[in-house]
Amino acid sequence: MKRHLISAADLSRDDAVLILDTAEEMARVADRPIKKLPTLRGRTVVNLFFEDSTRTRISFEAAAKRLSADVINFSAKGSSVSKGESLKDTALTLEAMGADAVVIRHHASGAPHRLATSGWINGSVVNAGDGTHEHPTQALLDAFTMRRHLAGAPDGGPTHHQGGGDGTGRDLTGRRITIVGDVLHSRVARSNVHLLHTLGAEVTLVAPPTLVPIGVERWPCEVSYDLDSVVPKSDAVMMLRVQRERMNAAFFPTEREYARRYGLDGDRMARMPEHAIVMHPGPMNRGMEITAEVADSRRCTAVEQVANGVSIRMAVLYLLLGGAVLEPAAESAETKAENPNSRTEESK
Amino acid sequence: MTSTILIRGAKVLGGEPQDVLIEGETIARVGTGIEAEGATVVDARGAILLPGLVDLHTHLREPGREDSETVLTGTKAAAVGGFTAVHAMANTFPVADTAGVVEQVWRLGRESGYCDVQPVGAVTVGLEGKQLAELGAMHESAAGVRVFSDDGKCVDDAVIMRRALEYVKAFDGVVAQHAQEPRLTEGAQMNEGVVSAELGLGGWPAVAEESIIARDVLLAAHVGSRVHICHLSTAGSVEIVRWAKSKGWDVTAEVTPHHLLLTDELVRSYNPVYKVNPPLRTEADVLALREALADGTIDCVATDHAPHPHEDKDCEWSAAAMGMVGLETALSVVQHTMVDTGLLDWAQVADRMSFRPAAIGRLEGHGRPVAAGEPANLVLVDPAYRGVVDPAGFASRSRNTPYEGRELPGRVTHTFLRGRATVVDGKLA
Ligand SMILES: [Zn+2]
Repeated sequence: MKRHLISAADLSRDDAVLILDTAEEMARVADRPIKKLPTLRGRTVVNLFFEDSTRTRISFEAAAKRLSADVINFSAKGSSVSKGESLKDTALTLEAMGADAVVIRHHASGAPHRLATSGWINGSVVNAGDGTHEHPTQALLDAFTMRRHLAGAPDGGPTHHQGGGDGTGRDLTGRRITIVGDVLHSRVARSNVHLLHTLGAEVTLVAPPTLVPIGVERWPCEVSYDLDSVVPKSDAVMMLRVQRERMNAAFFPTEREYARRYGLDGDRMARMPEHAIVMHPGPMNRGMEITAEVADSRRCTAVEQVANGVSIRMAVLYLLLGGAVLEPAAESAETKAENPNSRTEESK
Repeated sequence: MTSTILIRGAKVLGGEPQDVLIEGETIARVGTGIEAEGATVVDARGAILLPGLVDLHTHLREPGREDSETVLTGTKAAAVGGFTAVHAMANTFPVADTAGVVEQVWRLGRESGYCDVQPVGAVTVGLEGKQLAELGAMHESAAGVRVFSDDGKCVDDAVIMRRALEYVKAFDGVVAQHAQEPRLTEGAQMNEGVVSAELGLGGWPAVAEESIIARDVLLAAHVGSRVHICHLSTAGSVEIVRWAKSKGWDVTAEVTPHHLLLTDELVRSYNPVYKVNPPLRTEADVLALREALADGTIDCVATDHAPHPHEDKDCEWSAAAMGMVGLETALSVVQHTMVDTGLLDWAQVADRMSFRPAAIGRLEGHGRPVAAGEPANLVLVDPAYRGVVDPAGFASRSRNTPYEGRELPGRVTHTFLRGRATVVDGKLA
């Protein structure tokens, strides 16, 4: 593993499979009566959030705490941190506090890269979402979720919602993943395209042409403007959140037209293969990119993705910080009010 | 007392070695075997002698942003770079949109003594693109403004642009357009293309530049005015200017040194030192710009020297200021990209960096031949020199160079402003 996790593009196939496999072990820890491991005792993890994202922050916080790390939450939004230079000042402060890892969420694309390469800090940097660039742990938890559902059976057939068939050691070779929505502004899409390609999946992006970036032709994926033609050939359909305000900038005419052409409703879901799953990174815009019927169906893995996020983030912190062996903590179990299924609103 | 300087054995415009005798402010003789009793002798064997360089596009930041540059520090940087005249852009605080401000800048330049400063006047009041500034008053002021530009902003209103083009004909002025369609570049952070798609940075599409250039050459043709295009950055812009020139329209254009060398691949570092407006483009654009400068489609090199304090670049990309300093590295970059590649000889460098920009600006006393009776605005270049760019040694107050640590060829050893050495052996005199 490298010292930082900035981009899903930096991960080799073996790196990615190692993270997914480690996350499976972490998930098993969560099933034990004692959910805590001593591996990062004495290490400090800082959650540096320049953008509101309660869901992602508590996911990282739960992950770090289950590894016995000390966690400092630094919410920089709305404080004196408004001008760019403050990223540097904040970083120097964190360095002085001895941060071993900094988990950063920032509205500016490239801010985690800057933090990791500027010489301001020595610790590991984990990108928890930067602007419209990347969100690598989201892509990892998505891949983890897909692998559990789609990679369990050797013949490539479904292991739909079996829970136990975790696909350890496998990648996603040959699985057809469709990502639908605002690709242009989506860091989730960028990270997923890189990671899923690395894991051998065949990715198709579906969006109105206005929400596909110029330059997408160099991405390792297909692009389609027609959701109906892609749905029947998909092992997973991932719906991206689409902000209603986009229509004000003429990316599409109306909400209704968007939902009709690019939303996932019950009829479209019915044309998916029987084993195929519906994914959403949350928070969902019900009635926009996804109907309530689909969101609440058993094929939708949105809640499961949130739970898997903690395992993935444990694995990432564990591997980046070179934690010791995976043994349960001797101390008493800590069952805090860490609710990984929290539905607190955030922007992805 | 008149000083006498004898430059010995310099290759004038890259030609055969000759001696050049300077008496007072003027070139007295050019020839071989010149002797002059009591003259200060400069041994220039191996060096290239060029007319003092002229920059059509410099941001000196004074008044208003003296933390990044002043007229004094900026003209020192210009002298180090071999310039004897620079055009100071109008986007200062206050904006140079009145006779008072342009005269202030002009006087500061005279007092500095390192390089002539020709103020550029704003086209519109406050650079806001709505109401014409008093162009005539700025022209009639002591500064004698002939180049007008809202640089930093585009004169995007077609009617305002048309009127400005027409109005300045009365005093042989020219409008220098910063071509950037504002709606197409809202939130723009870098060139729109393969790299921006990956990095998730807002795109600055080539069409935002090209559409304005296309409109403006048509407007200039329609009203019979001349128009100058600032910092051309795309292959498509080159095509439009080439087409306009083929029609015989009075269109001129400049290119910056950085657009002749650097590409948007550098943005992958997210290092804001590469953030500039217009943005760094692709390799194909760089090659088209070089070819256009070689064949004369692009008339001249202009630095777009844009100093910024350290803190405006020591941050994340989107928060950083746009711009690069360029005066002190311009000639080296041109040698590297155009001379050492065989695209231009030194006589053509003199044309693109002195004769043409002086002619476009209607600047008197600069961009003149190296000949007896001409003003002694001269620069000596050692083309064999190789050095690593170290911003710590810059005369500019700012250090935001994209070339730090890069080896570049050539060095200005001497600059003469009307017979007075402003730079000797590469150092400010
Ligand atoms: Zn400009």
